[in-house]
Amino acid sequence: MQAFLDSLIRGWGHDPQTWVWTQLIYVAFMGLFSFAVINFAAVTAGIFSWAERRVAGRMQSRVGPNRAGPGGFYQWIADAVKLLTKEDLVPTEADQFLFRIAPYFMMVGFACVFVALPFSHRLVIAEMNVGVFYIIAVTALIVVGIIMSGWSSNSKWSLFGAIRSAAQIISYEIPAGMALMIPVLLSGTLSTQGIIRAQGPWPWEWYIFHDPASFAAFFIYFISALAEGNRTPFDLPEAESELVSGYNTEYSGMRFSYFFLVEWGNMWVMSALATTMFLGGWQVPFLPVTDAADKIAMLSGGWTVLAELASIAIFTFKTLFFVFIVMWLRWTLPRIRVDQMMNMCWKYLVPVSFAAVLFVAGWMLVIHAVPALDWIMRIVLTAGGAITLVMFWLRTLQNIKDTGDKFDFTSNW
Amino acid sequence: MRRVDTPGTGGYFPRPQTARLKANDEGIAMDSYLTPYLPILVLLLLAGVMCVAITFFATVLGPRRITNIKEAAFECGSPTTGDPHARHSVKFFLVALLFIVFDVESVFIYPWGALLRDLNGDGLGWFAYFEMMSFMATLAIGLVYVWRKGALEWT
Repeated sequence: MQAFLDSLIRGWGHDPQTWVWTQLIYVAFMGLFSFAVINFAAVTAGIFSWAERRVAGRMQSRVGPNRAGPGGFYQWIADAVKLLTKEDLVPTEADQFLFRIAPYFMMVGFACVFVALPFSHRLVIAEMNVGVFYIIAVTALIVVGIIMSGWSSNSKWSLFGAIRSAAQIISYEIPAGMALMIPVLLSGTLSTQGIIRAQGPWPWEWYIFHDPASFAAFFIYFISALAEGNRTPFDLPEAESELVSGYNTEYSGMRFSYFFLVEWGNMWVMSALATTMFLGGWQVPFLPVTDAADKIAMLSGGWTVLAELASIAIFTFKTLFFVFIVMWLRWTLPRIRVDQMMNMCWKYLVPVSFAAVLFVAGWMLVIHAVPALDWIMRIVLTAGGAITLVMFWLRTLQNIKDTGDKFDFTSNW
Repeated sequence: MRRVDTPGTGGYFPRPQTARLKANDEGIAMDSYLTPYLPILVLLLLAGVMCVAITFFATVLGPRRITNIKEAAFECGSPTTGDPHARHSVKFFLVALLFIVFDVESVFIYPWGALLRDLNGDGLGWFAYFEMMSFMATLAIGLVYVWRKGALEWT
């Protein structure tokens, strides 16, 4: 990229080494990429809002939005336009200033996560040496936004929802942080790209199948991420039957939509983070990229571009797979109670995640002494995972056969 | 061999060479170590500006027909009673305290986690492991204490 920008500057007839505006060009391109990333976040959130309703319709044997465009795909654009043209209400009793800026906090905290999230082998806005730590820190801004919105609304439902949500998010931040520690331990770096480079393209090289504790850590992280994103079965802050709508009760129009943009966009964030930390990220089969040797950079000409696109496709596929699982969970599991949610976190996930960290640290020392054990463990776990998936697949096919389920793509779904 | 683990390389915004900074007499002595964090600042500002701009756009586009009913806080259709900022259960306060304790501890564990691999290479692996074991044992005692005291019981 530096080479590209430098050649661009040379094309304008300047020497990038001496030209005064070189730094400005860099900052301008940072701005451009940041703009692209914010739009990417907003558009994915919009598309997920449509996809989720379609998935929900399918899972509950109903239709879902199918009027606007093919399969109702333009529904999310229609919704965005509708929300833009809605009245922006601020209750008289509310703390005007805090009420207005609370959604901005949520959006800014959410957008900042994308700085460190990788998209492909090269495509990451900033490769920081503290990437994971940064992501954990920046997501905390969302809690600030939630508390602000709940407190400033001056409504009982909002405040109850906000306090519940804050308690839930901060509780689950501990197991999530400890679970994310395991890839950090194994790779020895906090950089998101570095963690992917320390893994490989094949499942037995991923950290999820590294040892039993990292396998458990993946699920601990996934459960905690669901809770942090206020997703079912942890959507207590938005429990309609108890709290109307939780912390966003008093919001309307565009400010309201920010909360939901963050909620749907978070599905991408948590899935992308799970992919990065445990599932080998963007690694392309046969073209492993490690700290020592970068097989993609060694390719020439068009093959580099092709490999780059392949790495984007692989990363997106893995991420979207987990986004689908998150939607699937939402329409499968009922909401749990507050005490169950707290027990789950403090009595199960916290001790197990601490034990997992100690186990992985010990296991690292053991395999340092006996490297053969590493491969045996990886292969056994990968085989176990593969057998589970095959069994699941066969079972699904059997169910489809038994119920005679069909999907008709011809009639606008 | 190109080592791509250092900050600022491999991403889209490489760190500017110090030679270049000296060459262009701009006086911005940008700490090259901090350069990978510059996109955060740019994105932070841009996200804030975009949020405000879109909301402004929405206020221009949307109708303004304010009534007293619309502006009142929602309480299932009946008039609001009592102070919304009434006292809350102390349980939430306890959760906040526990969070502070455990989250600060996990912040301490992170540097150890990032370094264990290197320490292992230096033959200090088991030493580092037992050091952290003692730290975590302290934490575990804390968790057991809190559990026994009933701070984890929600009902």
